[in-house]
Parts: sequence; structure tokens; C-alpha cells
Amino acid sequence: MPKPTLPGQERYVAPIDETPLAAVDSVQVDEAPASQWKEAWKQLRKNPMFWVSSVLLTILTIIIIAPGLFTNADPRFCELSNSLGPAEAGHPFGFDKQGCDVWARTLYGARASVAVGVLTTLVVALLGGLTGALAGFKGGLSDTFISRVSDIFFAIPLLLAAIVCLSAVNNWFPDRGFWGGVLAVVAALGLFGWPQITRIMRGSVLEVKNYEFVDAARAIGASNQRNLWRHIVPNAISPVIVTSTVSLGIFIVAEATLSFLGLGLPFSVVSWGNDISSAQELVRSGTSLNVMFVPVTALVLTVLSFILLGDSVRDALDPKARKR
Amino acid sequence: MWWYAARRILQTIPVILGSTLLIYALVFLRPGDPIRAIFGDKPVSDSVIEQVRAQYNFDQPFLLQWLLFLKGAITLDFGQSFTGRDVSDLVAEAFPVTIKLALMALVIEAVLGIVAGTIAGLRKGKLFDSTMLVTSLLVIAVPIFVFGFVMQLIFGVKLGWFPPTVGGNTSFYNLLLPAIVLALVSFAYIVRLTRTSVAGNLTADHVRTARAKGLSEGVVVRRHVLRNSLIPTVTFLGADLGALMAGAIVTEGIFNIPGIGNLAFNAIKRGETPTIVSVVTIMVLVYVLTSLIVDLLYAWLDPRIRYA
Repeated sequence: MPKPTLPGQERYVAPIDETPLAAVDSVQVDEAPASQWKEAWKQLRKNPMFWVSSVLLTILTIIIIAPGLFTNADPRFCELSNSLGPAEAGHPFGFDKQGCDVWARTLYGARASVAVGVLTTLVVALLGGLTGALAGFKGGLSDTFISRVSDIFFAIPLLLAAIVCLSAVNNWFPDRGFWGGVLAVVAALGLFGWPQITRIMRGSVLEVKNYEFVDAARAIGASNQRNLWRHIVPNAISPVIVTSTVSLGIFIVAEATLSFLGLGLPFSVVSWGNDISSAQELVRSGTSLNVMFVPVTALVLTVLSFILLGDSVRDALDPKARKR
Repeated sequence: MWWYAARRILQTIPVILGSTLLIYALVFLRPGDPIRAIFGDKPVSDSVIEQVRAQYNFDQPFLLQWLLFLKGAITLDFGQSFTGRDVSDLVAEAFPVTIKLALMALVIEAVLGIVAGTIAGLRKGKLFDSTMLVTSLLVIAVPIFVFGFVMQLIFGVKLGWFPPTVGGNTSFYNLLLPAIVLALVSFAYIVRLTRTSVAGNLTADHVRTARAKGLSEGVVVRRHVLRNSLIPTVTFLGADLGALMAGAIVTEGIFNIPGIGNLAFNAIKRGETPTIVSVVTIMVLVYVLTSLIVDLLYAWLDPRIRYA
């Protein structure tokens, strides 16, 4: 027998369509839930920044694979009689001081700069990701050890450390060719770049480790190894991917800066950094602007595409940012 | 909090020991004999070489060299440069210049970055916001030496507003152009950081409460939005002082400033171990101390954070 309702105590019962429960009914129960990555891809597709950077990076990839598609000139064929020559048919941006084709050098220079960026990012992401995952997952003594060692590497400024490293390498192998030069810069930047990723990955793993699905996996008997690789790492890796994409661009800038200081790639390697630093005199004396402008533009567009790509991936992966 | 600070300072000891050892090892791995390089083509007897080598402890085994350096460093004796001057004197001359340059850059980037970032965050999606976003992206993508070079050319050489190179006179005005160049990249990061957190905090519950209480928009922004939004920015600024001092290597090179970056770069070229390791030690110390200060500042900025 229901109690009699006093005046002022009448209850209003909302119809089901007016409550949030309506949304629960609209969920397709028989469909598998979209994974984090599928969901991110859906978001990514809608972002114009993602498409701009993808188009730029596709063009860059084509240039790296086949620079000959865009020019007939040989970047190493330099004739002093052409020194500082103006643009002419087949040489759209003229010649530099040594009489080399500026456009061809910029196209072929993409290889060295991008190789440094990509390889350094891979080294840093692998080293930092592994050490960070280990420190976050194991905790205890391994965590203390990894954190303290990474503190040491993190405390020395990257540029200063890379300069010291490369000045040692320069003295050991004065002429080390294309790959020797690239690998030296990669080693120097990688050796001191990993702690940043270690910190990010460690924090991310510490957070994911406490989620219910990890407990659930453990409860049904997943081993530590399986838990780490199948459940924790895939869910903790997105901040590392975002940071790595952005820092790929930053490493390309670092290579150019090191080459500017005379410590990056050997001078015999065709690279944006080398071309920009050797063009300075010409700009200062007002002789030629193209010689500097073309490689700088190429470098800026490349770095910009990686930063934009990283930004759009972050927006896609971060559900909190998505709502706003 | 004092206990926390003391523990943090103790934690820095292994960092300093490790980083000096690391740099020592890297410089040690350099082939060639820096002592012979000092004499160049001049004929020199082996006994003189031996004597000079002993003077710099280069005749000792690697680990002992490092320990001898540490022993001296405790009493502020950092050894001598190859020109025979005390490294502590060289550093004492160069350090104030770089600190001045770095602090000028820090103030420029903090003030301009926070103001621009806040305005952009408050007007998310408007014209000012998009302009700042594009500008900051461009600034990050252009290498700092290109900026330095172009600004030196335009404002120093062509327009003559600033001296193109600094040289011996490190007055505020002379250092202004290099400081702006040095501040540029960090400025871009600060704009982005501040913008994101201001835009995010605008919709936070405590801000809605402040509005509901009827506080004026200015008070809401200053006291409730900004104070909370500045935490990532302050973290960045703290870590940035060390980065600025390292970035000064490029800026000081372009503008010929007799600072610590120039000192380090020339020492690295010569393989002058005492100077290199001293400069690195100082930079590590700056980094460690500023990050400690930042961590303590947290408690002031965010009352929820307490140090046990």
C-alpha cells in the first residue's frame, strides 16, 4: 500500500527519452567496440591539419626516393664558371658560389636531413620507450636505477652534449662519408635525447598500470610479460608517439644547427644544414638570397609538417581535448 | 617543505657526479694530443711536453683525472686553461654575461609569451589566436641560427638599430637583439602551453563557480584562470633557463658575445678538458637548482600541492 503523497511531495518521473539512459539504449550491443586507434583514425580524418602535413610528407618521401624526378641537374656537378649564376632553364633557382645547382642540392639534401631526423627519433623512442616501460612497470630498484641514470643524461643540455660528442667523433673519423656522418649525429643526439621519452613513458605506464583492465587480465591469469606487452604498452604508448613525431622535426633543426657550428654532417655530404651555413656569406654581402632561401624553406616546411602531424595525432588520441 | 628541499638537494649529488664523469669520458675519448696541439708546428722537447701534461693531470689515468678535478672543484679550483689562466677566472668573467643574456631572454619570453598565450586562449578560434598559432609554429620550425643571422642582418646591418655584434661592451642595449633571438623559440612554446591551459581552464568547475559568485571577468581571469593555467608555463620556464644557457652557444657565436657558450665552444674545439667540464658542471647546477625552485613554486601556485 503506497503512502499517501503530501502536497509539495509529488514526484515527477521523467519519461525515458528525457534521461541520459536514452543514450545507453542507442549503443549497438552486438557490434564490437571501436579500438582506441580506430577511434583516433576517425578523428584524424576530419582534421585538415593532418591532411596538409600528410600531403607535404608524401611529397617529401617522393623527393627522397627519387630526387631525379624533379631535376635533371647533378647536385655534385659544380662548375666555377657558373658561380652565383642566375636562374636559367633546368636550373630554377640558379647556382651557389661553387657553381652547384641550388635546386638540385636542396632536393638531394633532403635525404641526409630526414635520415638524421627519422633515425634519431627511432633510437630515442626505442631506448626511451623500453627504459620507461621497464621503470614504470617494475618499480622498485629498476625504477630508481633507470630514473637516476636518465637524470644524469637529462641534466646535460642536448646541444652542448652533442657538440662534445661530435667533436670527439670528428677527430676519430675526419672523413666519414654519408652514412658515417649521419650515424655520428644520430648517436650524439640519441645518446642524450632518450631520457625525455623515458620520463613520458614511465609516467604513462604508471597511470595505465592501475587501470581495471590490467587487473582483469591479471585475474584471468595473464603473465607479467603478456600484461606488459599486450595490455599496458599499447595503451601507454600514445604520448610517446606524439612527442616523437614533434621531436622528429626538432632533431632535423638540431642537425642543421650542428652543421652550422661545423660539427654536424661532414662538408662533403649534401645537406640542408651545410647548404644554409655556407650560404650565409652570400646573403650577408647581398650577393644572392636564393642560395639560402631555398634550403631554409625546404627545412621549415619539413619540420612544420612533422609538428602539425604530431599535433593532429595528439588531438585525435586525447579524448579530453576532443570534447572541447 | 624544508625536508623535501633537503632531500632534493641530496639527490642532485649523483646527477652532478654522473654528468661530470660522462663529459670527462667523452672528452677523454677524443683522439690526438691536445698538449701537442698547443705548440702547433713549433719544435718542442719531450720533457716540456711531459711537464705540461703533468700540469693538466693528463698523465694520470682517466678516473684519477676526474677525481682530481672533483677534488679541486670543491675548493673552487677548476684547473687552468691552455692559455695558463685559471678556469674559475674565465668562468667568472663569462658567466655574468650569459646569465644576463639568458635572464633577459627569459623575461622577454615569459612576459610576451604569457600575455599572447592568455589572449589567444581567451579568444580561442578568433583571428588573434590563429595568427599566434601560425607564428609560433613557424618560429619553432625555423632554426635559431637562421633567425639570428636574418635579424642581425636586418636590424643590425641594414637598419642599424642595434649593433650587429656585441664584442666587449655587454650593456643591456647591446644584448637586447641577441636576447630577443634567444627568446624566440621558447616564446613559441610558452604561447602554445599557456593558450592550451587557459582555454582548458576556462571551462573548469572552479571558474564557473567564480563567475556564479558574480566576480568580475577580470578577477575571474587573473585569480582563477591564470593562476591555475600558469603551472605548466612555470615548469617550462624553470627548465628553460638551463636550455637558454645552452642555446646561447649559437646566439653568442653569431653576435660574438664573450659568454659561457663561446667559452665552451672554443674549449671543445681545443679539447681543453678543465674548461669544458667546468662549464658543463655549471650548466647542470643551474638546471638542477632551477628545477628545484620550480617544484617549490608549485606549492605557492597550486595550494592543493603539499610537500610532506
